[in-house]
Amino acid sequence: MIKAWFKSGEPWVWVNAAAVSTCLIMVIGVLGLLVVRGIGHFWPTSVAEFTYQQDDGTTQKIIGEKIDTSVMPLIMARESGFKMADSEDHLIQYQLKTGNRDVTAVDFRWIEERKIQHMEYPQELLVVERREWGNFYGRLVAVKSGGQVVASGEQALPMAQEKIANALEIFKQISHLEKKEIGSINYALERLRLKQRKLELKNALDATAKQAIVAEKAEYDVQYKQYQAQLAELYKKVRSDSLVLKTESDAEQTIPLAKIVRVYQPNTMNVFQKLGHYGVKFIEFLTDDPREANTEGGIFPAIFGTVMMVMLMAIIVTPFGVIAAVYLREYAKQGFVTRLIRIAVNNLAGVPSVVYGVFGLGFFVYILGGNIDQLFFPESAPAPVFGTPGMLWASITLALLTLPVVIVSTEEGLARIPKAIREGSLALGATKLETLWRTVLPMASPAMMTGLILAVARAAGEVAPLMLVGVVKLAPTLPLDGNFPFVHLDRKFMHLGFHIYDVGFQSPNVEAARPLVYATSLLLVLVIVGLNLAAILIRNNLREKYRALEG
Amino acid sequence: MTTQESPRSHAIDMSSVLRGVGDHEPQQTCIEVKNLNLFYGTKQALHGINMSMPKKRVTAYIGPSGCGKSTLLRCINRMNDLVDSARIEGEILVNGENIYDKSVNVAALRRQVGMVFQKPNPFPKSIFENVAYGLRIQGINDKRTLEETVEKALRGAALWDEMKDRLNDNALGMSGGQQQRLVIARAIAIEPEVLLLDEPASALDPISTLKVEELINELKEKYTIVIVTHNMQQAARVSDYTAFMYMGELIEMGNTSELFTNPKKKQTEDYITGRYG
Repeated sequence: MIKAWFKSGEPWVWVNAAAVSTCLIMVIGVLGLLVVRGIGHFWPTSVAEFTYQQDDGTTQKIIGEKIDTSVMPLIMARESGFKMADSEDHLIQYQLKTGNRDVTAVDFRWIEERKIQHMEYPQELLVVERREWGNFYGRLVAVKSGGQVVASGEQALPMAQEKIANALEIFKQISHLEKKEIGSINYALERLRLKQRKLELKNALDATAKQAIVAEKAEYDVQYKQYQAQLAELYKKVRSDSLVLKTESDAEQTIPLAKIVRVYQPNTMNVFQKLGHYGVKFIEFLTDDPREANTEGGIFPAIFGTVMMVMLMAIIVTPFGVIAAVYLREYAKQGFVTRLIRIAVNNLAGVPSVVYGVFGLGFFVYILGGNIDQLFFPESAPAPVFGTPGMLWASITLALLTLPVVIVSTEEGLARIPKAIREGSLALGATKLETLWRTVLPMASPAMMTGLILAVARAAGEVAPLMLVGVVKLAPTLPLDGNFPFVHLDRKFMHLGFHIYDVGFQSPNVEAARPLVYATSLLLVLVIVGLNLAAILIRNNLREKYRALEG
Repeated sequence: MTTQESPRSHAIDMSSVLRGVGDHEPQQTCIEVKNLNLFYGTKQALHGINMSMPKKRVTAYIGPSGCGKSTLLRCINRMNDLVDSARIEGEILVNGENIYDKSVNVAALRRQVGMVFQKPNPFPKSIFENVAYGLRIQGINDKRTLEETVEKALRGAALWDEMKDRLNDNALGMSGGQQQRLVIARAIAIEPEVLLLDEPASALDPISTLKVEELINELKEKYTIVIVTHNMQQAARVSDYTAFMYMGELIEMGNTSELFTNPKKKQTEDYITGRYG
């Protein structure tokens, strides 16, 4: 009976189905966790005020967002040192985000449910998102301008909102001035200094050249001073205003307007307002620079760095991989040596990625980059240009890492081109090169794209080697900007994968950053999926075009 | 089979074959094979072949599978160069020039000696680009020239009327017979002198086969044609001369009607009467 069942092949089908289901469940689980944990982060949670009984019998007010709940059985609770009555069979605790790190030194605390005497959601509770010290939870008392109270009570909030909107507008101008205008002046000054140094090294710095440089420098200095003055003006404007708030313990706290990103009253918001808030926060997450040691603000530089690095990698790896594969498959005499090379290439794919990082640092950065600096940038010594980790070396290292994948799939693609097609081309008087170029390579292009897809998938998720060859936790400038020559491959950059590691494990406030880790992970997955989808679309197009292989 | 003589003892006197065959004009030799031996590694695939093929006539190679007829055909435009293990001794003269001479440009030779394969092998490009392929290889990119040549070639392959509105369609969308004629058009677009056809109709249905055969009849006015076929009726229908090969040797060659009606060799007779092969 059982034997017959085994013979029928049914168990095999079941095993297969089980394997597929397991894979599916795992994928959905990963994505689900990321989505649930990551996406919820930007949703404005209601803020509660608890009347909490202290150990000494007095009560205390606590304001905070309820984040997590833990239920502990009696024995465990006792072992953890909680005093438990015999009538209780478990201990319920809530994790609160209480903010006000500058006042209480902690962002989060656990409270016991049994000690809560009262809990409510007062309408007037205000959440202040700050540029430093995290969120502030409290009640708005007054708005001050130049030390004088300009609004209090009912009028305080509208006034505060208005002032904050103004301040944000001014901050936009400030960051534009600082980053764009002053940034480009600094860049130009640096270039000028290098030019001067170069001439000095060549012993060609004569009086006229010197004069020209000095004149140019003076011009930049004048501009710089102008911008500085403008900046000072703007800073003065925002620095004069501040908000006065009351904490949970009724202590007054003055927060300068310049430190505030936004204020809102989550307990008064309806779903649509919350949705709007959510959208704003999410867009900020996608498009802004990070703040507060990467735990707040956006991750745009990391997205940008990841995408640019992967694209650069693709541009580098494709020609190398294709050329190598063409040689191996089309020109090399098939024999022991080619077999050896193939084995070597396949094994290269199995080398741990951090080893590539070490190689990239040792060879590309120090040897290649060091020599490039000596040869082409003697003027900037002792500061390295290419002799230090950067975008270029990271891309090349990853290109090396993914080279085997491209070689193997291109080779397979070439092997699949029917002999008849090659012969057809040769019989028309085409040379081998012409045949390759006009017929074989286009027909193998879907296979090359497959290789590239695998390469992109691998490269975008790689972190370990990047830490050695160019990724940093905070890069002040993007590797692509408006300053000539626009693409700065020598710069260090930010990367989503490393950002996750940094925020999750290196940040001073791990608890606060945890949802951000999920959100960033989700984004990393989305970026990789996006890059892959783009490549797959291109490949399918090519397949459609050259579908002779199927026939 | 038991009574036959050893095929190695035969030498065929080509002059007697060619004299007074077909029409009455004197025949000009286009391709001459001299004492050709071909080895795949250590295995000899062709044994001392000697034959000549006249200009603007159709010569057919017949013989059982594996007898070397395709191999011989592929020697004429040096397609066997692609086989790493192949080694060739002897000479093939095309218009008096030894194509195995070191100075010969293989690509130029293949432009002169075109080839059509057993299975239609159009490139995954448009019909127009397929026909224009050979021209583009030669660096001809002038649109007018290309259009004229493509039209001429397609007319030559009796495809123009069917395809003139579909020139930009992918060639892979055509039927097998159309594809094969397209491949012939592609070959004649570069105006070779010789066309080698390697079982051109074996993958086609009867109607397409008929069309290809008609085409061969028309093409022989301009080209010297060598055709490999395992279909004896086809050889009889389309060729002027027929060579019968067996086990890598040329057994008999002669005027097609003569060879089929009055074979000189026992093996030939056995083969064409269907006793083996």
